Amino acid sequence: MSHVTVDTSEGSTVLLMGNEAIVRGALEAGVNVASGYPGTPSSEIVETFSKVASERRLYVEWSVNEKVALEVAAAASFARLRSLCAMKQNGVNVASDFLLHLVGSGTRGGIVLVSCDDPGALSSVNEGESRYFARLMEMPLLEPGDFQEAKDMTKWAFDLSEELKQIVMLRSVTRMSHASGNVTFGALPDQPAKKAEFKFDGFILDPDEGVVISAPVEWKHQQQQEKVKKAREMFETSPFNTYSGPERPELLLITSSACNLYSREALKLLGVEDRVGLLKLGTTWPLPPKLLGKHLASTDKVLIVEEVIPFLEENVKILAAELASEIGTKTFYGKNDGLIPMTGEMNPDLVIEALKSILNLDYRAVPQEYEQTAQLSAFTGAPPRDQVFCPGCPHRASFFSIHNAIELDGRKGFVCGDIGCYSMAIRPTGFGVLKTLHAMGSGAGVASGFGQLGRFGMDQPVLAVCGDSTFYHAVIPALVNAVHNRANITLVVLDNSGTAMTGFQPHPGLDHNVLGEEVPAVDIAKVCRGIGARVEIRDPFDVEETRRTINELMDDPEGVKVLILRQACALSPQRKYVKNYSMKVDEELCLGEECGCGRFCTRIFRCPGLIWNKDKGKALIDEVICVGCGVCADICPQKAIRREEVAS
Amino acid sequence: MTTQLVQDPYNIIITGVGGQGNVMASRVLSNMLVSKGFFVTIGETFGASQRGGSVMSHIRVSSQGIWSPQIPKGQAHVVVTLEPVEAVRVLARYGNPSVRVLTNTRPIYPADVIAGEANYPDLSEIKETLGKLTEKSWFIDATDRAMSMGNPILGNIIMIGALTAVGDIPAGREDFAAVISRTLPEGKIDDNMAAFDLGVEMLKKAS
Repeated sequence: MSHVTVDTSEGSTVLLMGNEAIVRGALEAGVNVASGYPGTPSSEIVETFSKVASERRLYVEWSVNEKVALEVAAAASFARLRSLCAMKQNGVNVASDFLLHLVGSGTRGGIVLVSCDDPGALSSVNEGESRYFARLMEMPLLEPGDFQEAKDMTKWAFDLSEELKQIVMLRSVTRMSHASGNVTFGALPDQPAKKAEFKFDGFILDPDEGVVISAPVEWKHQQQQEKVKKAREMFETSPFNTYSGPERPELLLITSSACNLYSREALKLLGVEDRVGLLKLGTTWPLPPKLLGKHLASTDKVLIVEEVIPFLEENVKILAAELASEIGTKTFYGKNDGLIPMTGEMNPDLVIEALKSILNLDYRAVPQEYEQTAQLSAFTGAPPRDQVFCPGCPHRASFFSIHNAIELDGRKGFVCGDIGCYSMAIRPTGFGVLKTLHAMGSGAGVASGFGQLGRFGMDQPVLAVCGDSTFYHAVIPALVNAVHNRANITLVVLDNSGTAMTGFQPHPGLDHNVLGEEVPAVDIAKVCRGIGARVEIRDPFDVEETRRTINELMDDPEGVKVLILRQACALSPQRKYVKNYSMKVDEELCLGEECGCGRFCTRIFRCPGLIWNKDKGKALIDEVICVGCGVCADICPQKAIRREEVAS
Repeated sequence: MTTQLVQDPYNIIITGVGGQGNVMASRVLSNMLVSKGFFVTIGETFGASQRGGSVMSHIRVSSQGIWSPQIPKGQAHVVVTLEPVEAVRVLARYGNPSVRVLTNTRPIYPADVIAGEANYPDLSEIKETLGKLTEKSWFIDATDRAMSMGNPILGNIIMIGALTAVGDIPAGREDFAAVISRTLPEGKIDDNMAAFDLGVEMLKKAS
């Protein structure tokens, strides 16, 4: 049992994270299948489903990547079950090829694609927008404006999908998915054992019993566009589009998603709720023209507040142009005129600034003198806190060895990277060894390309890194490409036994799945050997042997070499709270400032568990933070850091 | 203990460093307040941001409804910081002359400080800064005491106990006991109750 099902009765109120509210909504809709690939801020959706899978008779899986996850969810829909597929914004890019064909074929049982975007890139290396996919793929888009709506709207999305026979996209953002609020439950349906059946013997164009296919293309495309028109009609009266404010506002503020909460608060703080109307839209594609027309006609000025690029703004402007003869011309404020920033996440203060400028208001949150003192104090008194690998993280040791191997090699070798905790190796915590960083699996793919450039005179060794979950997600095709085309590269697989960055979700390399069932593990070394790569396996905590192996692989002039560095994540269930060694600094031996061009361990190795004793001028172990991995004992040139085995 | 909100919404910030248990602390406190019938909105981020960076939970307590998951500039009523310099950092954006701040004294040194590239202020400097920027501030050796109880993570519970003793939070010991009885295994209840009580006691001494 989980707190999303702790109370099955209608009307009870529970504090839920946005992602949990989405799950509760799907459970109230009688969902049968849930799939996804982990990615912040979406990961809690599939995790929460997995906790209630047996009591709610669900099938739940972490799929190998987002495209396969959507295919798995679609199969359930084709068999007339209800399914939900969850991913972060860039996952939709991965799934989009299948999605294009899915919207063409249409769906049967209710199917909802949940995309959790990350405005401000709080846990991403991009600010990708998934909302444009709704317009590009010609499918309906819903955006909850608070936590209660996250639940209610998800439930409704399944009905909408079944009525339209089309997949529906629900878009959340970090401040909705990872924020929490009170949610009042609806009833959970009795879940009778539903029989899955795939019908395909009917007429080719029969949406319920024919084959599921996007051809004949033009005919099916027209059918698809009819569904969009029907959605537009239904959205005119949707309870998820709400208006509050005067009948004829001085300014109409149109918004959606978390920006609804920011806008509401801004209006309240400025005390202009009787001057500005707030139109909160829950159905953001296709926009309902009559509803928009009515509100646009009531004012001359319109402000649009959204994240990140001006999707809503553009669509409202197109509608306003079409309706101009009825509603007159309007002055628009938003991102295109620069009143609201075009990048980053929104907050109440940015809305306040925009409103101050349009309405000529004075507002100061705190006295100027206080603000200046507080800002100066933080600037001078709060040292910046760069993101770092956790104490005991195997990546620190791995990148230390990769860095040293490249330096020793001396040919200006470099590493191509991709997405995971190890992306932080662009920073000092990973000795800055990553020189390219793009999508999942791109390290291997880009390296495969660099590995061909010897014929153009490039003589630098080419390396790539990937994580274990990423290996299955997108690296395998790149590796096949590199082997088949004889690229000369070294791929280091940082295998830490789970999808560590997003909370340790299982992946195909493990012998258990998200439901705790025993499953066949797909071995990375066997896959690589099967493809035709040379494979070595080492423990990254053995820094000297790891460094030596990397140098040997870089010296091998032929083909694709794979080094698997295997050591569990410091936060993994098998390592968390397990201290193998108690670390001590021998102050007699520690050279302090004189060591290795100055404080080698703290200046270069930079593990947070290893700090600096300012008074004594010596290294010091922080007992609270050190997890006892023992690696620093090997990197200390003076052997002044010692490990003592902790009795288990 | 008060039963009413002194402000509505009443805005609490819990701040610290990734891995300190910020999210857990905000969850426990918020559930105490939800059980009293309040609307609570929590805004926080986790994922990459928790890898040794500064982390914050914004908690909005209201009898009216849900609020923005990001507290507007200058609107914090009370700040609980699990790490001392984070107190100084958070006030630059959310502080105001009537804010109150409760600080755990145990530093976690940023990488740049460990590497000798930045300076970490002495606790006396932090105290002086907070003296200027708050209506009242308290300093508690929560982690140090938690370590002597056998587990540094209990420092968070000490801080929650201390926060309830500040007096503006309309929830207390019984609500804490009710929440942990639902969320923690039986064997951990006693230690957590002891940590909560210690926090109450430490705040009274620090006042």
